[in-house]
Amino acid sequence: MNPLDLVRAEPGPAFTVTLDGRTIDVLPGRTVAAALWAEGVTSWRTTRGTGRPRGVFCGIGVCFDCLVTVNDRPNQRACLVRLAPGDAIRTQEGTGHDD
Amino acid sequence: MTDGPHRLAVIGAGPAGLAACLAAAARGVQVTLIDAAPEAGGQFYRRPASGLGARRPSALHHRWSTWSRLEQGLAAHLEAGTVEHLPDHHVWTVERTGQAPGAGPGFTVHALIGPLQERSVAVRADAVLLATGGYEKVLPFPGWTLPGVVTAGGAQAMLKGGLVVPGRRAVVAGSGPLLLPVATGLSAAGVEVAALVESLDPRRLSRAAVALASAPGKAVEGALYAFQLLRHRIPFLPRHTVVEAQGEGHLEAVTVAALGPDGRVRPGTARSIPCEAFAVGHGMIPHTDLAEALGCRVDGVNVSVDDEQRTDVPGVWAAGETTGIGGAELALAEGHIAGRSAAARLHGTAPDPSPAARVRTRTRRFAAALDTVYRPPLHWADQVTDDTVVCRCEEVTAGRVREAVTDLGAGDLRTVKLLTRAGMGWCQGRICEPAVAGLTGCEQTPARRMPARPVPLGELARAGADDDESHDDGNDHAPGRDTQPPKPTHP
Repeated sequence: MNPLDLVRAEPGPAFTVTLDGRTIDVLPGRTVAAALWAEGVTSWRTTRGTGRPRGVFCGIGVCFDCLVTVNDRPNQRACLVRLAPGDAIRTQEGTGHDD
Repeated sequence: MTDGPHRLAVIGAGPAGLAACLAAAARGVQVTLIDAAPEAGGQFYRRPASGLGARRPSALHHRWSTWSRLEQGLAAHLEAGTVEHLPDHHVWTVERTGQAPGAGPGFTVHALIGPLQERSVAVRADAVLLATGGYEKVLPFPGWTLPGVVTAGGAQAMLKGGLVVPGRRAVVAGSGPLLLPVATGLSAAGVEVAALVESLDPRRLSRAAVALASAPGKAVEGALYAFQLLRHRIPFLPRHTVVEAQGEGHLEAVTVAALGPDGRVRPGTARSIPCEAFAVGHGMIPHTDLAEALGCRVDGVNVSVDDEQRTDVPGVWAAGETTGIGGAELALAEGHIAGRSAAARLHGTAPDPSPAARVRTRTRRFAAALDTVYRPPLHWADQVTDDTVVCRCEEVTAGRVREAVTDLGAGDLRTVKLLTRAGMGWCQGRICEPAVAGLTGCEQTPARRMPARPVPLGELARAGADDDESHDDGNDHAPGRDTQPPKPTHP
């Protein structure tokens, strides 16, 4: 069993986005966080102070731990932002404003 | 008041907000339903994104028939034009703008349009109903910032909304009634749940049995979950707690241990459980920021309301988790009562007695009984080593938080924050506040978070400029929304 089978999902056609330049397939309606979890990726940011990896924590937009750069805009909450075809996701270091 | 029907802004489209919206709209009030999510339902009725084409979304829910009724009710009112739904609207503050009765709409709700949250809109209303829900409390432990450690509610939200799971093998831990559906939900979705670790002492359950039995539906629900734990073969570890999470860059295992009768970890009982994901939670905290900005009285961490769900600020109602954590059934009852009251009071009458009042009494009693049963381990702070990060945003360790009290003489949360930056980051202290309070022994006072979410400076400036205008031109703003185009005269 997987979550898609559990609810008998018949998703629309997948589209592609990039994660640090690598192409990944995304099912329609998924957020950045859901798309990355589906790829087995659970961290996409390092902290400002000690450079530690972070990913989803609260999953509902409260904790700001899952910050990520989408289409060159840093500090987007991955758990809230829904992806569109062609979006460019980049892992974020520190404040996200360094590069 | 404005010409035409009275306008009520309902903030939050979860069970409380939807029930309130339907009750008020059915009684002749024009409702603007403002919600941060792309679809109505709140956290409880979060459903897979429509693009995922779920043919059986009810598999991730219980009480689906209640949702169907709410959804149909909302659709009918949207069709009739009696409700306007503003999804993806993240409210950052509500202000009282009415100068005197009859001098124009009394409230302005400011919301950023999400998820980019670059542009703010103002919604005007004669009255406001706060149904802002709650979020999960997580007490820290070494390793809790490792990727793979998520809140129990977060794991559930990602599953319900995105149909994704955090790994193949998970441990669910903490304390509270949310852990059962999270463990069984993950298991149903194909995750091997290696353990459900609950600090609850089942003996307390039997002591609270009389009060718990006052809600037979809930007892049946509990029994169903217990049955599912067995069916999914989830090992249940009561009177246990998490000691630490381990891994290099990602979670690899969690260490759990048994709790003694004194609430401390029993020496020699620690064991490591390999897992890719760890879903943890220690109960819920109400969202009270908007109520606080409006000056509503907050008792402890709950917005204070009367029998009609009115706050002590005229024209402001509150319902659901924001008035005290009690679950969806209580939220529905409170929302209904609040919506009826708001409609009646806006029409200058008193509300008729509602049958929902009995449900509210019963479910509040049940929630209070649950609260005596589900408690985080008394001495959880013993596990928090000095090098454990407590404030996840600002990376402030427990050692520094403790020093603020022992060496620097801080005596309240605000001083600890000023000395250490704990609680000064992106989340505005929502996540670390209970932990800092517990570690320092400082009282948890209502936090002032205005604005309630990060707002671009330009939007703050524009909101202020617009506010001045609305004072000048009185009641021209009758049709709720004003999208505030940028004004070249205001930089």
